[in-house]
Amino acid sequence: MARVVLIGNLAQLTGGVAEFNVSATSIKQLFDRLTELHPELGPHLQEGVAVAIDGQIYQETLLEPIAPDSEVFILPQIAGG
Amino acid sequence: MAENGTNGTNGQGYVGTRTIRPDGVDKVTGRARFGADFNLPGQLIGKVLRSPHPHARIVSIDTSKAEALPGVKAVITRDDFADQSSEFIPAGEMMMNYKDVVRNVMAREKALYEGHAVAAVAATSALVARRALKLIDVKYEVLPHVIDVVEAMKPGAPLLHDDLFTAGVEPKPDKPSNIAKRIEITLGDIEAGFKKADVIIEREFKTAPVHQGYIEPHAALASVSEDGSAELWCCTQGHFIVRAHCARLLGMDIAKLRVTASEIGGGFGGKTVVYLEPLALALSRKAKRAVKMAMSREEVFKASGPTSGATVKVKMGATKDGKFVAGFAELKYQAGAFQGSPVQPGVFCAYAPYDMENVKVIGYDVVSNRPKVAAYRAPGAPISEFAVESVVDEIAKKLGIDGIQLRMMNAAREGTKAAYGPKFGPLGLEETLNSIKKTEHWNTPLRKWQGRGVASGFWFNIGGETCASLTINEDGTVSLMAGTPDIGGLRAALTNVVADELGIPYDKVRPIIGDTGSLGFTFLTGGSRSAFSGSMAIVEAAKQIKTELCARACKLWELKPDQVEFSKGSVKALGAAAEKFKPMSIADFAKIAGKTGGPIGGYGRINAQGAGPSLGTHLVDLEVDPETGRVTILRYTVAQDAGKALHPAYVEGQFQGGAVQGIGWALNEEYIYGEDGKLQNAGFLDYRMPVASDVPMIDAILVEVANPKHPYGVRGVGETPIVPPLGAIANAMEQATGIRFTELPMSPPKVLKALKEKAANGGKN
Repeated sequence: MARVVLIGNLAQLTGGVAEFNVSATSIKQLFDRLTELHPELGPHLQEGVAVAIDGQIYQETLLEPIAPDSEVFILPQIAGG
Repeated sequence: MAENGTNGTNGQGYVGTRTIRPDGVDKVTGRARFGADFNLPGQLIGKVLRSPHPHARIVSIDTSKAEALPGVKAVITRDDFADQSSEFIPAGEMMMNYKDVVRNVMAREKALYEGHAVAAVAATSALVARRALKLIDVKYEVLPHVIDVVEAMKPGAPLLHDDLFTAGVEPKPDKPSNIAKRIEITLGDIEAGFKKADVIIEREFKTAPVHQGYIEPHAALASVSEDGSAELWCCTQGHFIVRAHCARLLGMDIAKLRVTASEIGGGFGGKTVVYLEPLALALSRKAKRAVKMAMSREEVFKASGPTSGATVKVKMGATKDGKFVAGFAELKYQAGAFQGSPVQPGVFCAYAPYDMENVKVIGYDVVSNRPKVAAYRAPGAPISEFAVESVVDEIAKKLGIDGIQLRMMNAAREGTKAAYGPKFGPLGLEETLNSIKKTEHWNTPLRKWQGRGVASGFWFNIGGETCASLTINEDGTVSLMAGTPDIGGLRAALTNVVADELGIPYDKVRPIIGDTGSLGFTFLTGGSRSAFSGSMAIVEAAKQIKTELCARACKLWELKPDQVEFSKGSVKALGAAAEKFKPMSIADFAKIAGKTGGPIGGYGRINAQGAGPSLGTHLVDLEVDPETGRVTILRYTVAQDAGKALHPAYVEGQFQGGAVQGIGWALNEEYIYGEDGKLQNAGFLDYRMPVASDVPMIDAILVEVANPKHPYGVRGVGETPIVPPLGAIANAMEQATGIRFTELPMSPPKVLKALKEKAANGGKN
């Protein structure tokens, strides 16, 4: 199972729990699993977050694969100027 | 590498060479059309009535006298825009809420800053439009205002929004506040880290809001047809984003609005949002005539986004041998009248250049009666990294370690865990530090009142949705269409890639920026993404063309796919067939395109991922005039990791431009408000930006640590260069004067005051 860490304020929606072990093969599956566990997270995940899988940051994508031993961080979306 | 300003190659391709910019001739002859250069027959001129108050309830708006003025064809107010529900969207470059966007383009319940749009007029001339504005009767109930971020956070401060409750705090507040959000990131154990420290430095910093300072004011020309379809020409960093916002605000189908981006006279993040565009469309829809609008410079300052001013506390601890063991920071960023400051990236970037085990950064997003901030190159990062780089310099001096060496000892590198979570891939910070240390600049002696400063900087960079098309024309030339406005040399950089991918001369490729009807959704030029993402889309489009050409060759030559290959601009038969069939060039295929299946082209449609962070290190020498407090930049060197410079001259230009903007931020630029809450320096005469004569030639050192996620190794380069200057200059000021300046800008009055205070104090700070 992938190790998933919520960064920033997201853990406030999970009762302070910031780390999860989740079985998911894609970002979409990960979002679905986390939303099942903590429905309040759902809108925030859909609204736009960045997902770092094994160090690589992905944004606005649901289909990126997640390996069973991946380290995943969910963080606020990153923009720029 | 080809010689400067040629379209030749070194035989290994165009990427990495300094080809002549395709838009250059039109720019220098005045032929290029910027936002205000577009005109249509019978167009009207639109003007905006703006609030004279920093904070006021709008009791009523009577437009009847204005509407009755001969020549006035339309007047719009808040009543012409449907209210929007609260919905955050990743629009432009920061999160936005449409409920706020509709209120920012046209005030509804309240005017929230001086210059806030209250009504707009379209008339047959600018003169008539201005007269009409004077006939609009707006009744205001003036309210107390608050400008300063710390004042705005205090209990009892004038409240901008009755429905704004601080997010990110537990328990959820039951009273509204000007603090929109509190955010926090934590790595390791900050208290345990400080216990390991032999030296701890704690400082508080203040930075002023600064404007992006683009030379070209916002301008738009809109034409709405009686059938509801519309065209819009405007200067923007992202015409697809303009289309999305305007369609939403005006209740239009996206397909009915076609937006064309003009050439752009600078954006730097400030042209990622809409101001005039929805007003021009609403006026045109009402008047049934085309409407042209352009901001004055005063309007640009008063009504378009600067970046945040901020208050920053930093506390850092290091061991006596120079290892950073703990870093704390608290950031309070102005958002302007609506929530959404760049405090989030400020929090993430504060300690990003360094490999640290214990970090805690807290950020506050705070509204006040100023124009809503917009993105500005590496939004949020220059502020927090200025504070940290200043403290790093103090630690270096306290420990007797040179600044470059100390940064080298603590530099983030591949595998370093960022305070915001993930581990970094390959990074080039050490290489930039090494490059700076090797310069002659680093070893040149200084005189009295001169100082040398160094600072490093980090920015993430992004990818995103991007389209680009390549069309093989009948004569074998190639039309390249990109969807991101060319702000910093995109067309030249992408043309280099096309020429290499297809194996054709640079001069045979003509790049244009397509309108929103010509390509699929393409995110804006920002986030240092356009060359990174655009080149990836082109690689995809070129691949389609090469595949198609090979397929046609197979049919023509009756060969199997593994018997042909595309190489150096031609399809060649392989093996025994090579003797039988002469290679066919792209031009050969173009001649018979119709007879072999029709026009040939490729269409790259991607959501680019894999952007690699770019880190840089700046070195600056300056001299302080003790009589006047004036600071002169003597010498400046930038070293930055570009991954791979598609077009080195443009990359160097980004380095130099960012450094100059950072110099302005550090030394002179600031919004100055009176007690009445009104901006006192809304013009370039009083808002002092550096001009060419203020700065020396800035030396640029290209560092290339390839980004493994990009086919050419590219990293975005446009934003990082504005991050280090603030800290580098503050550090140089400390060396020149012995004074640690913690407040920006370090303008002559402040410098002189600090020098006098030091002298009065017997030479001590």
